[in-house]
Amino acid sequence: MARKSHVQTTINGETVEFLCESRQSLLEVLRDELYLTGAKEGCNNGNCGACSVILDGRLVNSCLVLGVETEGKSVETIEGLADPDKLHPIQDAFLENAALQCGICTPGFIMSAKALLDSNPNPTEHEIRYWLAGNLCRCTGYDKIVKAVMDAAKETSA
Amino acid sequence: MQDFSYVAAQTLSEAVALLDENGEKARILAGGTDLIVNVREGRRDVDLMIDVKSVPEVNVLDYDANTGLTLGAAVECYKIYAVDAICDAYPGLIDATKIIGGTAIQGRAGVGGNLCNASPAADCIPPLIVLNTTCVIAGPNGERELPVEQFCTAPGQTALENGEMLVSLKIPAPASNSSSFYLRFIPRNEMDIAVVGAGASVTLDDAKETIVSARIALAAVAPTPLFAEEASTLLAGREVSDAAIDDAAQAAQAIARPISDMRGTAEQRTHLVGVLTRRALNGAIQRIRD
Repeated sequence: MARKSHVQTTINGETVEFLCESRQSLLEVLRDELYLTGAKEGCNNGNCGACSVILDGRLVNSCLVLGVETEGKSVETIEGLADPDKLHPIQDAFLENAALQCGICTPGFIMSAKALLDSNPNPTEHEIRYWLAGNLCRCTGYDKIVKAVMDAAKETSA
Repeated sequence: MQDFSYVAAQTLSEAVALLDENGEKARILAGGTDLIVNVREGRRDVDLMIDVKSVPEVNVLDYDANTGLTLGAAVECYKIYAVDAICDAYPGLIDATKIIGGTAIQGRAGVGGNLCNASPAADCIPPLIVLNTTCVIAGPNGERELPVEQFCTAPGQTALENGEMLVSLKIPAPASNSSSFYLRFIPRNEMDIAVVGAGASVTLDDAKETIVSARIALAAVAPTPLFAEEASTLLAGREVSDAAIDDAAQAAQAIARPISDMRGTAEQRTHLVGVLTRRALNGAIQRIRD
């Protein structure tokens, strides 16, 4: 079996240590080693965005990051978004706007939307659509997702 | 995915020594948006990934209005278009950095990696060619420089010798009355690979009526991105006119040797070379005049 590396990183604000092979993606580490199964494997080649997480403040496809690359870095996943007793405003907005059906793309969309609102609290609809272009949804037709992000922006920047 | 080793190099000499010792199955890892996919899908056989994101020389992003831009090979797209002075100086390069993949890709992928991946359809390479970019390459015998139009040698293949890596790209300061433009044809609005891409840089005289010099480059119409030399030089000294731009577009079409594939036919691509060359030239000229 391939040699494993020891990695220490911060995930959703907590220091986490894990062992992984060099070939394991961050997505595989999150799901298979740390049991954080919110990030989803869709295409596994950077097209669908279902695995989106925030790495040192930047949105990335976790399928295109190696687990070993996250040594000393900070990762935000969907699991870290809600307070124990309260959903994040983006999550509320997705529910209010019925911005999901099957739900497999949702954690990726929400993390992508969070990265957008972190850097641009009042995006235009055009900016939202281009920012989310790397996240695919085959159920909603996107309009409800875009409306949800617009509502969340109003909520969080109010 | 196949098994491989991973090393995070801390210095340029360490990265070069590792490349030299491990032969052609060692690859430099920067953003990984092509490399990781290629290894996962069995298109690259790699047994060592050398992560260079901690090497200072590949992270340089330094623009000076007199000396130009030094762009480290691992600088991510989002960092480039965040600098207003770079956007003003090299709008054609910015056009490309903003359309490579989506937000998550632009957070990891860089211009240097786009070049080293050596796709015939790479969006960044035509702008680099028209901006007269020089590649700075480090290897076991020291550093050398190469004009970017000589860097790609075949699909996925580059002029890098065993043990060599791309360190940075040097782009001269833009001349006065000059600008650049890049565009591609895709059947969608975003998140796609060029059916054809065309870049142009133009320098006009002070009256902004006569072309002093121009450079045109094409993507996805040959095994490598192409510098359309004849199309470029025939514009020098010509007045800005539809006739001059049509002549350049025809000369660009003459060097295109596209294939037919799932993205488009050779005939469509040849037609597009004409359309996009005209638009790239007119786009650059419009930017000078604005």
